[in-house]
Amino acid sequence: MAGNEPNTRPRAPHLQVYKWGPAMAVSILHRASGDGLAIVGAGLFLWWLGAIAAGPDAYAAFVACIWHDPSPEISLFHQITNILGKVVLVGLTWAFFQHLFSGLRHLVLDAGAGYELKSNKLWSTVVIAAGVFATAATWLYILAEAL
Amino acid sequence: MGDGSHLGKVRGLGSSGHGSHHWLQQRLTALGNILLVGFLFVSLIRLPLGDHGAVLRWASNPMVALALILMVVSVFWHLRLGLQVLIEDYVHGPMRLLALVLLNFYAIGGAAYGIFAIVRIALAPAVAGPGGM
Repeated sequence: MAGNEPNTRPRAPHLQVYKWGPAMAVSILHRASGDGLAIVGAGLFLWWLGAIAAGPDAYAAFVACIWHDPSPEISLFHQITNILGKVVLVGLTWAFFQHLFSGLRHLVLDAGAGYELKSNKLWSTVVIAAGVFATAATWLYILAEAL
Repeated sequence: MGDGSHLGKVRGLGSSGHGSHHWLQQRLTALGNILLVGFLFVSLIRLPLGDHGAVLRWASNPMVALALILMVVSVFWHLRLGLQVLIEDYVHGPMRLLALVLLNFYAIGGAAYGIFAIVRIALAPAVAGPGGM
């Protein structure tokens, strides 16, 4: 072995030697957000539908579990699920927008457009930023309505 | 896995011609989801969600109930296709078959539960007082 002079030769692509880019991030986020919506989102939606169909008492129990328990003595279980429910709802809002925007990006890519390195990077970044922005805007709107 | 014929050796191991069908269905249900889940999202933002009566009146409107049923079909079809690809990428060996069977149970069972709940809501007596259901 020679000295420690830095190696300026180009390196071959390698599974463990790469730099994260927005296109890779938006790809795995599409899968992660889709799976979250498919399992947690669809499950919560079915629970909600079932609670509406089952009547006012069942619906009140659903709301008391995932959003706010109006009883004076809130059980420890509901204290936890009230916080968890809001975290899950914010997460689902983000997953919805992320999956929607990156799904629209996929429809554009399906048409054969947007593969150039610069535009691919730009739109991947826009998708991630728009997902976070739309989630924040939605919850600011909900909080403003609640006050 | 089959009788050793050419077809028997490949059956169950890949798309065997169904890939483009899967691809197209994923895109078509995606377009359906944009419209129908978009409608649900706007409705959820605007509804007083703590008020069972208001939510029930909204969901029992025939056009809303129809849109919700179409949404359940589109969403559960789309999620079955998406989770199928996830399983095919990450689950190998005999567990893959089990995972795909469970996925079908979830997708078909979940859609049936959702549609039945919407039908119950839509066909419930309009002004059922306490104990009147």
